[in-house]
Amino acid sequence: MAGRVQPISTYLGAAVAALLVLMTFGTLGAVAWRAEGLSGLRASDWLAVRFTVLQAVLSALISVALAVPVARALARRQFRWRGLLITLLGAPFILPVIVAVLGLLAVFGRNGLINVPLVWAGLEPISIFGLPGVLLAHVFFNLPLATRLILQGWLAIPGERFRLAASLGFTSRDVFWHLEWPLLRAIVPGAFMVIFLICTTSFAVALALGGGPKATTIELAIYQAFRFDFDLSKAALLAVIQFGLCAMAALLSFWIAVPAGQGAGLGRTVPRVGGSLMVDCVVLVIASLFLLLPLVMIVGKGIVTFGELPLSTYLAAWRSVWVAVISAGLTIALALPLAMAARNLVRRRWASKAVEGVGYLTIAASPLVIGTGLFILVYRWADPVALALPVLILVNAAMSLPFALRAIVPALAEVEADYGKLSDALGLTGWARMRVVVLPRLRRPIGFGAGLAAALSMGDLGVIALFSDPENQTLPLALYQLMNAYRLDEAFGAALLLLVLSLSLFWLFDRGGRADVDA
Amino acid sequence: MLTLRAAEAVQGAFRLTADLTVEAGARVSVIGASGSGKSTLLNIVAGFLPVSSGTVEIDGQDVREVAPGDRPVSIVFQDSNLFPHLTVAQNVGLGIKPGLRLDAAETQAIEEALARVGLEGYGARKPAALSGGQQSRVALARVLLRRRPLLLLDEPFAALGPALRAEMLELVGEIADQQNLTVMMVTHEPTDARALTPLSIFVDEGVAQPPVATDQLLDNPPQALRDYLGS
Repeated sequence: MAGRVQPISTYLGAAVAALLVLMTFGTLGAVAWRAEGLSGLRASDWLAVRFTVLQAVLSALISVALAVPVARALARRQFRWRGLLITLLGAPFILPVIVAVLGLLAVFGRNGLINVPLVWAGLEPISIFGLPGVLLAHVFFNLPLATRLILQGWLAIPGERFRLAASLGFTSRDVFWHLEWPLLRAIVPGAFMVIFLICTTSFAVALALGGGPKATTIELAIYQAFRFDFDLSKAALLAVIQFGLCAMAALLSFWIAVPAGQGAGLGRTVPRVGGSLMVDCVVLVIASLFLLLPLVMIVGKGIVTFGELPLSTYLAAWRSVWVAVISAGLTIALALPLAMAARNLVRRRWASKAVEGVGYLTIAASPLVIGTGLFILVYRWADPVALALPVLILVNAAMSLPFALRAIVPALAEVEADYGKLSDALGLTGWARMRVVVLPRLRRPIGFGAGLAAALSMGDLGVIALFSDPENQTLPLALYQLMNAYRLDEAFGAALLLLVLSLSLFWLFDRGGRADVDA
Repeated sequence: MLTLRAAEAVQGAFRLTADLTVEAGARVSVIGASGSGKSTLLNIVAGFLPVSSGTVEIDGQDVREVAPGDRPVSIVFQDSNLFPHLTVAQNVGLGIKPGLRLDAAETQAIEEALARVGLEGYGARKPAALSGGQQSRVALARVLLRRRPLLLLDEPFAALGPALRAEMLELVGEIADQQNLTVMMVTHEPTDARALTPLSIFVDEGVAQPPVATDQLLDNPPQALRDYLGS
């Protein structure tokens, strides 16, 4: 019959959804259960909550505020490297956080590009530890995202409207009030909420650049509760608070309609009306320098020691690669049944939304709590050291799931819209439909999703920080430890290795999805 | 062959009722204004739209609970009849086994079906390498192999020019003769109806009327059809 559900994939998807609920709330429950009595939160913990909200609000505000002029300049100027620059704006998403931090330190740190001339001139050097460092890193990651979101909105304004404005003799003030302001009002709140949400769960940045009572995020406080105090009850309570915070932010952003983040149609420019060419040039040069210099430093300094790192670093790199590949495969193995089930249940709207929504749960979850909860649940039956990497793989897959779903769900809807009737008419159901129609048609989004998952896993410094014994070291952790030991020459080499591996993994998977696809 | 008894289907605010019979081996066009319910009628028969009341019988079998792929029906859509990532041979092979695990005899049958529609040796190509007319021929080759007694055509070949369309309709006629098919075709084109189908079902304001002679219907159209045809 029309819209007939396909039971197997629906049950499979329901099983995945159940697994995810168990992974997020079950692990939280496990941590709370092992806590043996609630120890309330101390003042320092509330400081962490306050700092989390403060830095997330400021990060989002600064990112969006700076993104407006950059997006405007990109929208109205056509120049040679424009396409490359826009592609580059997508890169920070798959850039390992710890690599970016090292790059930022090379530019803004104690012996960095900025401070050396300052000190030479007899001025006070700037310090980027604490709040300024956290903000700097968050803006580095989210300014490009905000720019892409706003640029998309800008280019959605029909060119005729700018031409009409010109023929009516609008001044740039008029253009702003009649064309640009309505656009910004529509897009900026959503972009702000997305960045706020991302920064709320920030861990690696706070670990490397924050710390201390004044600059600890909730996620970092959870880490400290586990690692230094082994205070499970505090960790569980903090996780609940983080979940609440994220849930609130998520609800708010659904309410104010977040713009879709697909990068279609960024190739054209709007006809330029007024605006200072000088200002646009300066804005673009500064933004490009801000985004590129840290990476240039990594490449420039890393290339020296790239080939002569300690053996343990290469072993860690190898471990990270296969963890990333398995984790990417697992992400897709979770995403597909979930997307299929959401699709099959489309007639029962709430069930469909619920199944898909579960896939996005991990945005608000704490990977540290999930990891620790999994340990608590299984440590009686297995050796914790042997479990570190399997737990890491599972947690990384779950954390990448929302992004894979964002790529796969719309593509699956498109396949069903284009070929659903034809497939039904030919009796293509169940596994045959999957093999003959769905998987081949989804190659691109699957490749893209797997690439994202692999790069995110490759660069992840989260759960693994809890279990840092040499047997299980990953490359980001090895890099972090080199940085902490002030072995900076080797750190730059390891950072370059990590950068190359992350980008290569993404490129390979994404490429694999594109190769040999007809129409 | 096909019997709809007080069949009624609802699609949003639209409602179609049909009470009619198409005899085995007959060729029938479905004619009517846009939005009158032509495609809805075809969707009921093909199984894409469930009836809310009444019955649908094909070959004496109640098919209301039968999935589209299991009905004794082949369907050719206006376009998108082929999967772009499969070869021509695979697209045709779907008519034998959806799973596409084909043995030598079945591969042979695909070659023969392609030869029958004038596409000998095209099996290894992808649809993108074919012209519109050739793509339609591939769809008909698949109809040959599906061997279902009722052939449904939903505004077929609409993307083709008049000469090519006439050629394709002729091919449909030959295939229907050869396999003794019953044909039901939704069409906008009075000339297509006259060329292929001696009978026509007129659909007007949500009611599908029993088939009458195509020439008679088109020569002395009721007022609603006259408005639609504009003659």
